[in-house]
Amino acid sequence: MADVNRSMLERVPVREQDPKVRATSFDEVCLGYQEEEAIAESQRCLNCKNPQCVAGCPVSIHIPEFIHAVKEKDFSRAYDVISESSSLPAVCGRVCPQERQCEGKCIRGKKGDPVSIGKLERFVADWARENGKKMHCAARKTGKKVAVIGAGPAGLTCAGDLAKMGYDVTIFEALHKAGGVLVYGIPEFRLPKDRVVAKEIENVRCLGVKIETNVIVGRSVSIEDLMNKEGFEAVFIGSGAGLPMFMNIPGEQAKGVYSANEFLTRNNLMKAYREDYDTPIVRGKKVVVVGGGNVAMDAARTALRLGAEVHIVYRRSEQELPARAEEVHHAKEEGIVFNLLTNPVRILSDEQDNVCGIRCIRMELGEPDASGRRSPCPVEGSEFEIACDTVIMALGTRPNPLISSTTTGLDINRKKCIVASEEDGKTSLDGVFAGGDAVSGAATVILAMGAGRKAAKGIDAYLRAK
Amino acid sequence: MYRILEARNLAGPNYEMIVEAPRVAARCLPGQFIIVKLDETAERIPLTITDYDREKGTVEIVFQPVGLSTSRYKELKAGDAFMDFVGPLGKPSDLCESEDPEAIAALKKKKIVFVAGGVGAAPIYPQAKWLHEHGIQSDVIIGARTKELVLLEERMKKVANVYVTTDDGSYGRNGMVTKCLEDLIAEGHTYDHCVCIGPMIMMKFLCLTTKAYGIHTVVSMNPIMVDGTGMCGACRIMVNNEVKFACVDGPEFDGHQVDFDLAMKRQTLYKTQEGEAFLAWKEGKSHHGGCGNCGGDR
Repeated sequence: MADVNRSMLERVPVREQDPKVRATSFDEVCLGYQEEEAIAESQRCLNCKNPQCVAGCPVSIHIPEFIHAVKEKDFSRAYDVISESSSLPAVCGRVCPQERQCEGKCIRGKKGDPVSIGKLERFVADWARENGKKMHCAARKTGKKVAVIGAGPAGLTCAGDLAKMGYDVTIFEALHKAGGVLVYGIPEFRLPKDRVVAKEIENVRCLGVKIETNVIVGRSVSIEDLMNKEGFEAVFIGSGAGLPMFMNIPGEQAKGVYSANEFLTRNNLMKAYREDYDTPIVRGKKVVVVGGGNVAMDAARTALRLGAEVHIVYRRSEQELPARAEEVHHAKEEGIVFNLLTNPVRILSDEQDNVCGIRCIRMELGEPDASGRRSPCPVEGSEFEIACDTVIMALGTRPNPLISSTTTGLDINRKKCIVASEEDGKTSLDGVFAGGDAVSGAATVILAMGAGRKAAKGIDAYLRAK
Repeated sequence: MYRILEARNLAGPNYEMIVEAPRVAARCLPGQFIIVKLDETAERIPLTITDYDREKGTVEIVFQPVGLSTSRYKELKAGDAFMDFVGPLGKPSDLCESEDPEAIAALKKKKIVFVAGGVGAAPIYPQAKWLHEHGIQSDVIIGARTKELVLLEERMKKVANVYVTTDDGSYGRNGMVTKCLEDLIAEGHTYDHCVCIGPMIMMKFLCLTTKAYGIHTVVSMNPIMVDGTGMCGACRIMVNNEVKFACVDGPEFDGHQVDFDLAMKRQTLYKTQEGEAFLAWKEGKSHHGGCGNCGGDR
């Protein structure tokens, strides 16, 4: 039960699994609000006339309106309000960096805690799922076919929005399961796959969207063939940024060096952590994860759950860690060691070429660089070694060139990202739109969803004018 | 689901299947591969394409189940299905990429030899067949440890000049494929393009041989893979001191520039002392030609 005497300056705390228990379990860490807790938290919303939280949301959810509905215990209406703007609320409530978006703009945050918008969104979405509430389907049918490439956050959002507008949408997914980064990247303990992701995708299917898995556009079929032979009048590319980066330091080819993508894909998509699945995974005893983003935290906390002592090596300081605040907090609670202001220079291996350590150098922060962050510089003579048997590189990802390299006339930039308009996702090819990480480079689930929404509007305008 | 239309036991431990996969059949070219996943809990396994029928929408695969997995795969029969079958993956063979008359004319001037070791005959066959259909005759050396492991000999003979060699001399010529190639050259054959596919250890030594003769040599790499689309980086190898992903940059590479020693070490990633047999099974499933040291080619 929520404590009614609690100061309105503080948010209602959310229940979580005990760090000691969860360090050996892949069950979800955050347990979410119960009804009373959600209602108590909703009472903290000031219902601002000019809500800054909405401006901070990449898909512009009418936040005060849904919170008001929660306050009145009308959870069904709260869900309708959210689903006007978001196709994946149960996901966003869990993985959005709220502290930098809606909650970062909340007036309550000026003096005290901002309203727990993310946890309220999650509560509403979970309530809707548990009570069998569905999204609204389209009344009109346009009879026009649209192809969406990639069943990740951008593609699912774009497809969902287009279906609501009455288009006949097919998503083509390269992997054997829909969800993109939601299924291969983000771990079970942060985003349950069957209970949450699969249900959200089912919602999109209920809107009439077809999903064809095992189709790699650029290899299994070309965009040209989709448009000329299969009758799709517009195409949305939401193929993400899947190519892992490495540091190009000596020893990186040793056995026991993984990309975070491989490590997480084996665990999340292929469920290597479960005995009843065939995919193997090496369970390290001491693991070093290089990087400071959400992916690094996910890899570190997964390795921990597989039984390892885990160190995060990051070249800047705590302040610059790009991960969500909640992820860093959880990682620390679970016992992950942070080696900050530290950068690897070489991976060490034994005579069988198995990783046996990593040589690092200490860093100090110098002048701000182009990103505005103080750039790290090596401290001469400060090299030291960390013994380990596994190194996971979580340095970011780039877009996969499979589509751009097989589609004539599709412009890309120097970083191999597809060039597309920020307003409506238009690319250099007529009828072809793009958005999400394929355009921006690796970013967040919600930004990809925002781009998917805008492109859906762009595609609608394009097809109406055609 | 992807229906299995035919399934049969070929030479020795090798199996052949014809699978209904219209999208793959419509687009695949020699040199490319597919990934299959039997059911929900199975691994993703890359396998080479042996043949395809664009009209029927079918793809033929040849593979060698190893150890514990054999039971699961041996039991599959016509009417069963794979849950997932995705492709075509990788780049097509350089030889078979262009229908352009000039490219074909240029190929006709080349003396091409294919060298197949073990299951390597399976990905060689569609290349030799494609060349034959375009009026280009090639030589194919099929190597195997012993007579019962010689693969696809009859079909290969319909599309190329075939030389069979066995390590133990039980059939065809006597000796390894390297010796067979040297003998053919000594007998007066000249070659200026070689494609070699088989266990990594065999490709390594064949490349040393062809380098001595100055014959340009292409190999097809079969490292550990997960997604096959460039996402995981598990299949990374060093080619000319650069990192390449076998799944998207290959699987074919200039054999004289591949670091085979490193590639062979990486193949042993999932081997541990306590679980040798178990993990050899896993590994055997994870690549299609065998690395020469995990048992995948045996």
